[in-house]
This record gives sequence, structure tokens and C-alpha cells, in this order.
Amino acid sequence: MSILGSLDWNDIFIVPFFTDPSLSTGIAAGAGGIVVLGALAVMVLLTVKGWWKPLWSNWITTLDHKKIGVIYIVLALIMLIRGVLEAVVMRAQQVSPAPGFLSVEHHAELFSTHGTIMIFFVAMPFLTGVINVVMPLQIGARDMEFPFMNAVSLWLSIGGAALVMASLVVGHFETGGWTAYPPYTGIKLSPNEGVDYWIWSLGLTSVGSTLSGINFLVTIYKQRAPGMKLFDMSIFAWATLCTAILMIFAMMPLTVASLMLALDRQAGFHFFTATQGGNMMNFANMFWLFGHPEVYILILPAFGVFSEVIPTFSGKKIYGYTSLVWATIAIAVLSFTVWVHHFFTMGQTAHLNAIFGIATMTIGVPTGVKVFNWMLTMWRGKLRFSTAMLFSTGFIFTFVIGGITGVMLANPTIDFATHNSLFLVAHFHNMLIPGLLFGMFAAVNYWFPLCFGFRLDEKWGRRSFWLWMIGFYGAFMPLYAIGLMGAPRRMAFFTEPAYFPWLVIAMLGALCVLAGLTAQIIQVWVSVKNRESLMVPAGDPWDGRGIEWSLGCPVPEYDFSTIPAMTSREPWVDAKEAGKRVMDPTEFVDIHLPKPTGMPFLVGLVATLFAFAMIFQMWLIAAVGFVAMWVLVLIRSYDTDWEETVTAEELREGYEAHKRVVESTPQIRLDDEFTTKNRGLIMETQV
Amino acid sequence: MSNTGAAHAASHDHGHHDKTGTVIFGFWIFLMSDLIAFSLMIANYADAEWHGIANGPSPHELFSLGLPTIETMALLISTFTFGICTLGMKYGASMKRTVGWLVVTLALGAIFLGIELYEFHEFWTEGNTPQVSGFLTAYYSLVGLHGLHVTSGIIWGILLMVQMKTFGMNDLIKSRLVRLGLFWHMLDIVWIALFTKVYLMGVL
Ligand code: HEM
Ligand SMILES: [Cu+2]
Repeated sequence: MSILGSLDWNDIFIVPFFTDPSLSTGIAAGAGGIVVLGALAVMVLLTVKGWWKPLWSNWITTLDHKKIGVIYIVLALIMLIRGVLEAVVMRAQQVSPAPGFLSVEHHAELFSTHGTIMIFFVAMPFLTGVINVVMPLQIGARDMEFPFMNAVSLWLSIGGAALVMASLVVGHFETGGWTAYPPYTGIKLSPNEGVDYWIWSLGLTSVGSTLSGINFLVTIYKQRAPGMKLFDMSIFAWATLCTAILMIFAMMPLTVASLMLALDRQAGFHFFTATQGGNMMNFANMFWLFGHPEVYILILPAFGVFSEVIPTFSGKKIYGYTSLVWATIAIAVLSFTVWVHHFFTMGQTAHLNAIFGIATMTIGVPTGVKVFNWMLTMWRGKLRFSTAMLFSTGFIFTFVIGGITGVMLANPTIDFATHNSLFLVAHFHNMLIPGLLFGMFAAVNYWFPLCFGFRLDEKWGRRSFWLWMIGFYGAFMPLYAIGLMGAPRRMAFFTEPAYFPWLVIAMLGALCVLAGLTAQIIQVWVSVKNRESLMVPAGDPWDGRGIEWSLGCPVPEYDFSTIPAMTSREPWVDAKEAGKRVMDPTEFVDIHLPKPTGMPFLVGLVATLFAFAMIFQMWLIAAVGFVAMWVLVLIRSYDTDWEETVTAEELREGYEAHKRVVESTPQIRLDDEFTTKNRGLIMETQV
Repeated sequence: MSNTGAAHAASHDHGHHDKTGTVIFGFWIFLMSDLIAFSLMIANYADAEWHGIANGPSPHELFSLGLPTIETMALLISTFTFGICTLGMKYGASMKRTVGWLVVTLALGAIFLGIELYEFHEFWTEGNTPQVSGFLTAYYSLVGLHGLHVTSGIIWGILLMVQMKTFGMNDLIKSRLVRLGLFWHMLDIVWIALFTKVYLMGVL
């Protein structure tokens, strides 16, 4: 076999269009073209503006947790654009007269990339990014415990996403959905490189996520400000802790299952080939041993965000802190006990189904506790509907519907009628759009000033909320209906006329979501343009409660000039109530920050090369890539001079400067928080 | 474990916590996720051992206890010698002794690996390759995954010895040695489970 493995001309994105011109191959060629032209355009822009150097030194080589978080979020947003566009194309396909304008194959690629991207390259980077920015600031830490590893995780995730993007240009993606069940994804039924793209892009990110989980856990465990007990932590930090544990234990089953699939496909092994003594149910079991905890990895951080946003914009302390914490822990534990509900129909005994059905329903209990906590936090509060608060309340309202349909599905007898129908598709979008995306959007709108020093435009923020909200209902409520009427999941086209009006509504809903996403892009654009008037240098623009709001905006690289003294659960609120506008400093001491380094980027690059070579069976290049990856790690292990010092004097100056800014910033009233009068630091905290 | 961190030799350590203990804690957590991989492979093996013979041999026909027992002894002794190595380091043994015990440990690891490869080779030449059945697939992957770990442990140990030479026995190197130790002991524990499940129960 040649050094280029199985790669050949027909794998280049425009070639199929010439050999077999059709609308379907045309769209594929167009999508590939957008990727290529987009990449070129970015490069030209960077060159013309002279941005390569700042990009390298400020972002690519950074080990600062806040910047790493921002890069994750940018990755998530770019992939979200692709995911939503694919969704719109699928919706358009299903309202076109059968058989539609896409080939069946192409449609299958679309739902597979859409699902894979949304879960692994939108949801995961989004929440990992938000955790990166916020969690260390909330526990009074200066960085993640392992900043270098943090950057490696980032570049592995980006590598995985790059592979999915590459599949638009070179070769195909798989057609077996985001779950990629064998035997369909075995080499016999899926002979091209699509499944390998799935395996190796997920391989890279799931290693990254495992490492992130370890990093979060150790950071929370070891880096809390002195005096901060576990039960003093913010709910968001608690959510992070539980998410981290889920990441550590749940990513591995996915890695194992997908590597087994790789061995079956490329080495002729028989993990999953039934005729040769393999057992494909083992794949289903391992996949969902990952997959179910995964949905709580996705949802818990968003729960954490709501638990921060709702108290702030209700002007009240969170209701029932302890019960919220225990509910979070309970959800994390229970999430490992329900995975069989994903294959109620695959032939196990009724007893087993009953047990897993009941286990599933019990998760509703702690989740219900949380919903009541949020509602009781708002009860008699002075509610202010910022964009972040809108997303949070929109979430509660919508999520409850998804919860109810979830309990319905948890009943095996109902599941027999609804599994693999659009009812299920409606259900999980009903959980994930409010319970994940709305949470992350709220987080971005809420914490944005910490990273950039200015607020996001509220007008466009609200527009985006309403478009998303209406779009969500439009796009998914019809699916409940036609799902119950019998419309199956993953169909390339429908010939049942009764579905048609519903599908048209769903199409309009998807367009409305697209408009919401556009509004968000405009929101960022407008905010950057008006950043002068949106600046909040004094920090704390929302009368916030967490200690992250005791810092100026943007937060300096070292985060805290002195580690905050934790005298209670909400020391910043106490300080404000005592009439202070900055927290009293503790002791100024020299600190160390990790020096920027290009090494994590190189590790990610080489790992991506390795994965790409594995996909196209270029064994020689793969071997070189694999060795090179470890050589880089080895080289790094010789680096002992990797920290730089920030002196106590610099920290004191930073503190004094912040204090001067605060003192020269006039205090404003809560009613003016969304106006240009808000330069930070509103002080009306109530209990 | 935190004792190794207590001997903080770094000239400056203000403003951050004891790094050595933390790194070891992090590595410990990593090992737990690695343990999940082994558990899943064992579960998969347990399933294939019953249902996955297809047209190939059964565990009973394939395995004997002779070589695996020697293999196991080598690994058990190596975990003991690694213990001596780290304990010595903790109580101030000379670098030479520490390196000496590490060499013995890695050599025992290499013997273990050699026997394993010999066994693989035997089975393979008899035509019992992983492509024959689900059971053989599971066998080669499970035992092979452990073997891969041992191989990485040996490479890591050799590189570490090189680093001991360049850096001397500083805190960083000690922490790395402790982590390699954790890794090595975990492999030993995993092997006991493998030996029991694969060979003992396979033969009985
Ligand atoms: C933004 C609006 C969205 C729209 C309009 C949309 C639309 C769709 C459509 C049409 C399908 C295929 C349904 C079928 O099986 O026939 C689908 C599947 C799916 N979507 Fe979405 N989606 C959206 C957002 C999301 C988000 C935010 C996530 C996750 C975070 C997500 C995850 C998935 C998954 C996992 C699948 C299943 C893919 C498979 O069958 O393997 N979607 N979506
Ligand atoms: Cu589930």
C-alpha cells in the first residue's frame, strides 16, 4: 500500500460533483468549498492585518485558564453554526417532495455529523470553556492545577473538530448516526473511511475531556482559597465537581468502545461481529455507559449556571443551597445506573427493563428539587430580565416539558412504541437546547465582562433569546406530534401527507433558530463596536454574588491580587453589605504563573496528524506522528524553567489601581444596569 | 505519599500549594480512569469466554498454567523490588541503589513481557490469531492492553533513569518515580485479576 494509504482522488470534495453531477453532490462540494475558502479567508485576513504574531503569542501559546476557556467557546460557536446549518438543510430535505434533493447517503452523513458535532464539538467545548473561565475565579484559585495539560486538552479537542471539518473536504463522514452502532458501522456495511473519522475525532476529544475532568477535579480539591470548605463553594463549582467526576469515569467507555470498533474494522478483530463470536450488544452497553452520564455532563454545568444567574437577577440568595448540592450529587451518581433505557427494545428481559425504567424515573426527583429551588429563589425576588435571566427562565419553563416526555420514555412499554421515532428526537432536543445551550448562552452573557471588560449588547441579546425560544418550540413541538403519529427517526424523506404541515412548521422553527444564532453574531459585532460605552472597568456590573465579581473587568492574568479570605459562603456579598467596594486584601506575596508555550499546540497538531493518518491507513505517517507526540511530551519534561514570577509589588500596584478605578466610578442604581451608565459595581445587594 | 512533597527543595514556593502531592493525586485519578478501561475489557472477556468461541479453541483447550505462573511471579517480585526502590528513596538511599532497584524491577518487567510475547507467538503460529473468534479477540486485547502498559512502564523507567542522571535526585524526579511506582503497582493488581480470570478460571 502506498504511503498515502487509502486516500485517492475521489476523496477530494469536488471530484464527485464532476463524476456524478447532482444537487446532492453539488451541496457537498459547496460545503467543502466553504471550508476551504473560509480557511483561506482567515489566513488572508490574519496576514493582511498582521495578526499572526499576536494570535500566536496571546492565544495559541497561552496557558491562562480564561483565555483557554474563551478559545473553547469560540470553537463551540463555530461548530454550532455548522450544526445548525446542517439541521436546516435536513429540515429542508424533509419538506421537499420525496425523495428530496439529497441522496439518502448524504442525508445520513448530515444527521451523523450534526449529532456528533452538537454533542462533542459544540456542547463539550462550550461547557469546558465556561468552566475554564469561571470555576477557578469562583474558588479563589489562580489557574487550573495543571495549566499545561489544560492547553493540551484544548488542542486535542480542536484537533478532533478539525478532523470533522476535514471530512467535508477529504473523504466522507460516517452514516450511522452519532452513536455509530455496529454491525452497521463494521467494515462490511461501512467500508469507506467515514466511521474512522468518527472514531478518531472522538478519540482525540475524549482524551482531552478525560484530562479536563482530572484537571477540574484536582483544581477544586486542591486549589480552593484557604478556608473555603466544600459546602462553601458556589453551586456552579459543585456542578463542575460532579461533571468532572462523570468525565473521568464516563469518557473511558467511549474510548474503549471506539478503539474496539477500530480494531474490528482495520485489524479483522471480532469484538462486535456476531457470526464470529463477537457481541454487538457490548458496544451498545459501553456506548451508553458513556452516553448516559454524558447527557449529565452536558446538563449539570448549565444547572450550575442557572444557579448563579437566577439569584443574581432575583437579588436574593439561592434558595436551599444544601438541597441543591445534594441533588447535584444524586444526579451524578444515578446517571450511571440507567444506561439500559437506551435499548429497552433490544431483547433483554422485562425485569431488567423494569429495573432500568424505575432507575431512570428516580432521576426526576433530584431534578425536580432543583426546579423548585430555582423557582423559590425567584419567588418574591426583584426580578430583572437581562439576557442571561431570560435564557434561565426560558430554560425552566421549557425544560419541564422535556422532563415530562423523558419520564414517559422511561416507561419501557411506552418506549416500545416511541423509540427511534421523532418523539424521541423532540425529547432530547427539548432537554439539550434549554438544558445545555440556553445555559451556556446565559453564561456567556453573564460572565462575558470578566474576560473582555465590557458587557454584551442587551437589545440584540434579547432578540436572540426570543428567536431561539420561538424557534425551539416551532422546530420541535411538531416532532412530538408526528413522532406519536409514527414518523421514524433518521428518515431521508417522508411520503405520509399527514406529516407535511407539521414538517413545514418544524422547518420554519429551524429557520427561526438560525435567525436567533444570527442575532447572536450581530450581538457580538455590535458589542465589540460599542465596547467603549459598554465598558465596566469597576467590575461587578450585575450586583453579583460570587467572588469572581470582586475583581475588575477584564480580570488580570493573575486573577486575584491576593487570595480572598473566605469567611462565609458569600464573602463578596458580606463585603458589599458592610459598605465596602473592594474586598480587603490578604497578604501580598510573589506568585508564579506558567510561561506561554507552543508545546501543547504542537502536541495537538501531531496528534491530529496521527489520527488523520489512522483514518486513511497511512501507517508509516501514523507511526511517526505517534512517536513525535511522545517525544514532544518528553522534551517538555526536561523543561524546568516554565514559570514566571509576578512580584508582590506588582500585585499591590494592581490592587491599588483597581481600587482607584472603583473609587472614581460613581455608584449607580439597579434600574440603570442595562444603560451606558453602568460602568460596573452596582451595590444594592439584598438578602 | 505526601511525605515526598514535604521535602520541598525548590528555592521559591510562595503563593502556591505543594505541587508534588497534587501531581501525585492527579495521577491517581488518572489511574482510576485507566482502571475503567481494564474493567470493561475484563467484562468483555468474560462475555466472550462463554459466548465467543465460534469455531476456535476454548480457554480450556488453549491455556496451561506453567508459563503464566512464572510470568506472574516475575511481576509480583517486580512490584516488591519497586517497593524497595521507592522506600529506599524516601529514606535517603543513594542514587546508585535507587537506580539499581529500578533496573531490577524493569528487568523483571521485561521477563514478564518476554514470556507474554512468547505465549502470543505460540498461539499465533498454531493459527489461533485474534481474527479467529470473539474469544481470541478478547484474549489478545485484554492481555495485550496490559502488556502495552507494562511496555510503557519500562520505557518510562528507562527515560526516568536518564533524567536522574541529568537532574540528580530532585523533587521533580522523585515525584516522577513515585508516579511510575503507582502505575507499576496498579498493573500488578490488574494482572492478578487477569491471571485469575483468564488463566486460572480458564483452566479450571
Ligand atoms: C438548533 C436547532 C436544531 C435543529 C433544528 C436540529 C435538528 C435536528 C434534526 C432534523 C435531526 C435529525 C432527526 C432525525 O433523526 O430525523 C437532529 C438530530 C440530532 N440532533 Fe439536532 N437540531 C438542533 C440542535 C441540536 C443540539 C443543540 C443538539 C445537542 C447538543 C442536537 C443533537 C442532535 C442529535 C444527537 C441528533 C441525533 C443524530 C442521530 O440520529 O444520530 N441537535 N437534529
Ligand atoms: Cu440515557
